[in-house]
Amino acid sequence: MNLLTLTNVSKSFGALTVTDDVSFGVPQGQALGIIGPNGAGKSTLFNLITGNLRADRGQIDFAGRDVTQVSPMRRCTLGMGRSFQIPQPFANLTVFENLVVAATHGQSRSESEVTDQCAAILDQTELMPRANDTAGSLSLLQRKRLELARAMATGPRLLLLDEIAGGLTEGECQALVQTIRSIHASGVTIIWIEHVLHALTSVVEQLLVLDFGKVIGLGEPEAIMASREVREIYLGIEV
Amino acid sequence: MIWLDTIVQGILLGGLYALFAAGLSLVFGIMRLVNLAHGDLIVMGAYLILTIVSVLGINPFLAALIAMPIMFALGWLLQRVVLNRVLGPDILPPLLVTFGLSIVLQNALLEGFSADSQRIGAGLLETASWNLGPVTVGIMPVLTFASAILVIVGLNQLFYRTSLGRAFRATSDDPVTASLMGIKPAGVFAMATGIAMIVVTIAALYLGMRANFDPTIGPARLIYAFEAVIIGGLGSLWGTLAGGIIIGVAQTLGAAVSPEWQILAGHVAFLVVLLIKPRGLFPRAYD
Repeated sequence: MNLLTLTNVSKSFGALTVTDDVSFGVPQGQALGIIGPNGAGKSTLFNLITGNLRADRGQIDFAGRDVTQVSPMRRCTLGMGRSFQIPQPFANLTVFENLVVAATHGQSRSESEVTDQCAAILDQTELMPRANDTAGSLSLLQRKRLELARAMATGPRLLLLDEIAGGLTEGECQALVQTIRSIHASGVTIIWIEHVLHALTSVVEQLLVLDFGKVIGLGEPEAIMASREVREIYLGIEV
Repeated sequence: MIWLDTIVQGILLGGLYALFAAGLSLVFGIMRLVNLAHGDLIVMGAYLILTIVSVLGINPFLAALIAMPIMFALGWLLQRVVLNRVLGPDILPPLLVTFGLSIVLQNALLEGFSADSQRIGAGLLETASWNLGPVTVGIMPVLTFASAILVIVGLNQLFYRTSLGRAFRATSDDPVTASLMGIKPAGVFAMATGIAMIVVTIAALYLGMRANFDPTIGPARLIYAFEAVIIGGLGSLWGTLAGGIIIGVAQTLGAAVSPEWQILAGHVAFLVVLLIKPRGLFPRAYD
């Protein structure tokens, strides 16, 4: 059964159609990668899924209900967790407080109930040594980890990762991929936008290709990467 | 020894300015809302306490306790019904709305209470003092200063020790991201303004007991409050106290030179701090 289903979703900014009749479903437990050139509408698609933007047309179903008109915070409490392309930690809160805030509000529970869970997430994302430092003092890799940790703290069924590996060194990227794998292995459904393809394809089971707001391919990563259309449009290779 | 006395009186006066400013600092720190009606809300609080005192015939401190939940509810409603609608990336609409609110409040108070100046009677407290050798301090200024410290300690506890406080700080850092974590900024803002109005009530109590007030004195109180907040660094409550003290000391020192220098000296001190530390004395670590 699909955890998330988009049906004929479209979004325009003036004359520019950035999401053009997009339909796809993500089954419970799957990891889906989204690729596409810059400006293909990947982040807009995320904003439509999380509710930061409202779709002009079409329907978005999440966890068995129509969420097309549901607010971002309600979608969060229904089980959508998101990391941002540019990390947006609460810079003046400590790392631990960042998680506590996300957990108490995302799951509507009291602070004492979420403390252990937040500590476990800090362990999983290797942020425990920085737990009591303000988030503004973190390095880039640590900020990316915090994005991941904070999204996890909301108790998501669906985790949306927006270019989380961007700007990291190869070693850092590998370390982050391990963390994402372990999260996926624990049963969380993942949608991941990424330009670092080897990081993406080492985790996801399905790959979706966007170009000019349209879905131009959806399938297993090997098949997608081998297709002529994708290589031409996305990789810019003349075949 | 006259200088020591002047400085002590200035520090105590700073407590009053810090009380004026704490509510403003709280609201600005959390939602970047510059409330131009803050001074008028203090004056409104003073009239509310005065009314309770004269109707029930009770002690002003007790009356302030009764006024607090009323003011909290008014603040909560004000934020929910009016201010939340105008908050956004553009800072002009909230400025205009609170400016309008300031005028409405002044005129409503004029209509209801006339232009006569009033005072909340505090009995013997008004004149009681302690003689500490070289310095004599009034009980009322000491109470004011102690209240300012209690308010700031209380607000800091709220900010750093409670779930609501963490939600305040998270929303202050980034309301959009906070809403993605399931925090409702509209509700957080309403609570913040409600709590700010409790602080306003305490400020109103001392304003009304220490000096005469009439419906038009709000804007002048607003300026002192602004200066205290900016000197201290936006969003820092202890900084706000420091800001209040700097203005208070500058005013009493100015007045010691010549009475007409009192107000000017406070403003000059503010400008000097801005010149040396444009972000205030204790700015937030990350903006």
